Amino acid sequence: MGVLLPALYVGCLGLFFGLVLSIAAKAFHVDVDEKITKIIDVLPGANCGACGFPGCGGFAQGVVDGTAAIDACIPGGKECTEKISGIMGTKSSPTKMKNVARVRCAGGKNNSTIIAEYSGIQDCKASLLVHGAGKVCTSGCVGFGNCADVCPFSAITMNENGLPVVDTELCTGCGICITECPRNILELVPLNKTVYVGCMSTDPGKDVRKYCEIGCISCKICEKVCPVEYEVDGEKRKAIKVVNNIAIIDYEKCISCGKCMEKCPKNVIFSLRDHKSIVADIDQDKCIKCTICIKNCKFDAIEGKVKEKHTIIADKCISCGVCIDKCPKNAIEFIPR
Amino acid sequence: MNELLAIIIATVFVNNYVLSRFLGLCPFFGVSKKIETAAGMGMAVTFVMTLASIATWFIEKFLLSIKVGGHDLSYLRTVTFILVIASLVQFVEMFLQKSMPSLYQSLGIFLPLITTNCAVLGVAILNIQNFGVKTYWALIKTITQGVGAALGFTLALVLMAGIRERLELEEVPACFKGMPIAFVVSGLLALAFMGFNGLKIF
Repeated sequence: MGVLLPALYVGCLGLFFGLVLSIAAKAFHVDVDEKITKIIDVLPGANCGACGFPGCGGFAQGVVDGTAAIDACIPGGKECTEKISGIMGTKSSPTKMKNVARVRCAGGKNNSTIIAEYSGIQDCKASLLVHGAGKVCTSGCVGFGNCADVCPFSAITMNENGLPVVDTELCTGCGICITECPRNILELVPLNKTVYVGCMSTDPGKDVRKYCEIGCISCKICEKVCPVEYEVDGEKRKAIKVVNNIAIIDYEKCISCGKCMEKCPKNVIFSLRDHKSIVADIDQDKCIKCTICIKNCKFDAIEGKVKEKHTIIADKCISCGVCIDKCPKNAIEFIPR
Repeated sequence: MNELLAIIIATVFVNNYVLSRFLGLCPFFGVSKKIETAAGMGMAVTFVMTLASIATWFIEKFLLSIKVGGHDLSYLRTVTFILVIASLVQFVEMFLQKSMPSLYQSLGIFLPLITTNCAVLGVAILNIQNFGVKTYWALIKTITQGVGAALGFTLALVLMAGIRERLELEEVPACFKGMPIAFVVSGLLALAFMGFNGLKIF
């Protein structure tokens, strides 16, 4: 009896509450569209807000309501879009190449002049209130890593030079760092456009030379070596152009050949790819000998005719990747030289 | 009336549930990074503590304090209260989702966190120990203590969140970053609240 009574007592109480709760669950049942829960399951769950909706739940609701485009989830990428389209029963549009943030400053604390020591709040925005952590350059990175702190995918790390480094694998192009950076040093560029200018300074070359070892001095050599030439209203233009004392790449036209990077006297142009150590290579089994790659190669680095074997001349190939993007059969890829 | 005021002051300042009784430390460290969420959590706790105080008082009065065949069941208080509070929170969550979606939106994420919170259970048990269940005046004192305890909890949480928001911007030695400095700060905060110990109420 001594054990039985409390056991019975707690058991009955538990049973009673269980019953009440199960009745309540029925009585207070709120219908949730099962598509919404399914979509939430396939989303990355980062709640980054890159789609413009409040969190992943809001986006799923938007997709079901028809107010959100199914390919709006940038972190989820192509895979996620396909899954959502499967759930919604609609066809996915071909997704765009993912964007990756690029750091447009290369003058860290080791190679850019610092004239004052800042010991205030360790925060980019706070430091800018007192002239940006003592750096002479007024457009360079102040280096407190606000971008690294806000990145929901841990794709940004600060290196020992005090500059952010973007991991292109982890970066999803959500753009949170872009809005966070008070100096707008980060820029979103499609992943297949590998070349970027690592400087934002609009100061004249002679000034930049004084305070930064790696800064654009607007010498226009990049403009001269750029192989992409086109005309707009009778005016000749290149894919890279010095405007307002800073080299700007037109990503619509840039073919990521890396010529400007090679010739830049200040080494301020960078590429995600090491153009010297890789070369394009055709998989002969997949190749259908259509000559599309030959027509698109700006450097005459591919030989061959229709229905004849295509070969890449390694000496001429500068690993721009245009043929890889254009090949309809995905038969071309980079191999080490 | 004076008695109720004394209960409020005692639970908010002198015997603050977090800073001098050391109850509910889990949300105190877990949800005190932003003032906004801390306040939200405080609201949810206030809500649950008040309801739990009332519910457990009635359970004690009509179930636990009654002797069945000479057996005193009051030793089952802790386990029964856990059961009652957990089901109550679940029930309230469902009720809010159905009938007050906007309140559910703001409190919803915090409610499951408090189902087995020790501060809520602590209030319920201390209520019974302090005031008993003999008269309905005890029920009023119980509710007052529940509200006061929750207000004290909210105060501690918001104070802590305010300090931690500023700490984020401070240059803290690497080994102290994050939780360690939060522990040190909460210790200092508790010391500060010890100042209320000599307070003479009426």
